[in-house]
Amino acid sequence: MDTITKMIVINSTKVLPSDIVIKLYESNADVMIKETCFGAMVSGERSVVNSLLNDIRKIDPYGIFIKERGLAPGEPYRCRATRRGGARPGFHNLETEDRMLPHIASALRALDRGEVPGHKQRIKKLDVEKLKEIIESEVSQ
Amino acid sequence: MKVFIYPTNSLILSDLVERFGHEPLALMQEIGKKVRAQGLDSPPLNITPEDPKIGLKYAAVEVPSGVRGRMSLFGPLIQSAEAAIIIRDPVIPFGCMGCARTNELVNFLIRAKKIPLLELDYPSTEDEAKEFVYKISEFLKSLTEKKNEQH
Repeated sequence: MDTITKMIVINSTKVLPSDIVIKLYESNADVMIKETCFGAMVSGERSVVNSLLNDIRKIDPYGIFIKERGLAPGEPYRCRATRRGGARPGFHNLETEDRMLPHIASALRALDRGEVPGHKQRIKKLDVEKLKEIIESEVSQ
Repeated sequence: MKVFIYPTNSLILSDLVERFGHEPLALMQEIGKKVRAQGLDSPPLNITPEDPKIGLKYAAVEVPSGVRGRMSLFGPLIQSAEAAIIIRDPVIPFGCMGCARTNELVNFLIRAKKIPLLELDYPSTEDEAKEFVYKISEFLKSLTEKKNEQH
């Protein structure tokens, strides 16, 4: 049996992790479910998990983000309970990307409305030569 | 199509690739295989005799062992990649949680493979996010069209 774990990250104004977990339990699918601070984790047979999470995503398509996870919920190699706390590997990436999710959600809404974004001129980083010039002019004063 | 993503554990890229109907090639799949493999005492930190051989395909013995260890996970993903989406200079895979040399090697191997490639920056504003998502959706749509033409 091909078992996988997927994590559901919620960044929604209308859905809570508990709502998702209740929906998952209602499905009566043969999966292991864990509610977390960021959403939920679902572990089970690949086809079952994928079809279940496709339905879950429909609850709020712009507020629910899903990715695969290597370790199952509560795995002793990663679980903070057996590693005396601290951030688990992968947390920092999740934390960084979680801050961008409201923007991504709004971008997905704009995409569904058919909005085509105009090309924006990016602010370039300060050139090293220019920085040297600034330093030299400041020092010579 | 199988789309390699970089950073290899990115939630946003993994979600968007799957959302637009393709298969993301992410690090989590390889870690999962190690975790589920029988006979490893503390996966995914343990390596099997096969892993250094896979790593040596990409990096010589003089290279830090962490690069070879990481490449034993990334290598199979890069080999099976049919397209790739790369974020330029992400902060997170650099530093104590990542490996700058592996990142350089992964980016080099993806470019050398000559597969359809999309390079982006992480968005920091809503307008940038709109451009980010639009470019990814257009890129993935073009992959679908290409696949349909082949069949």
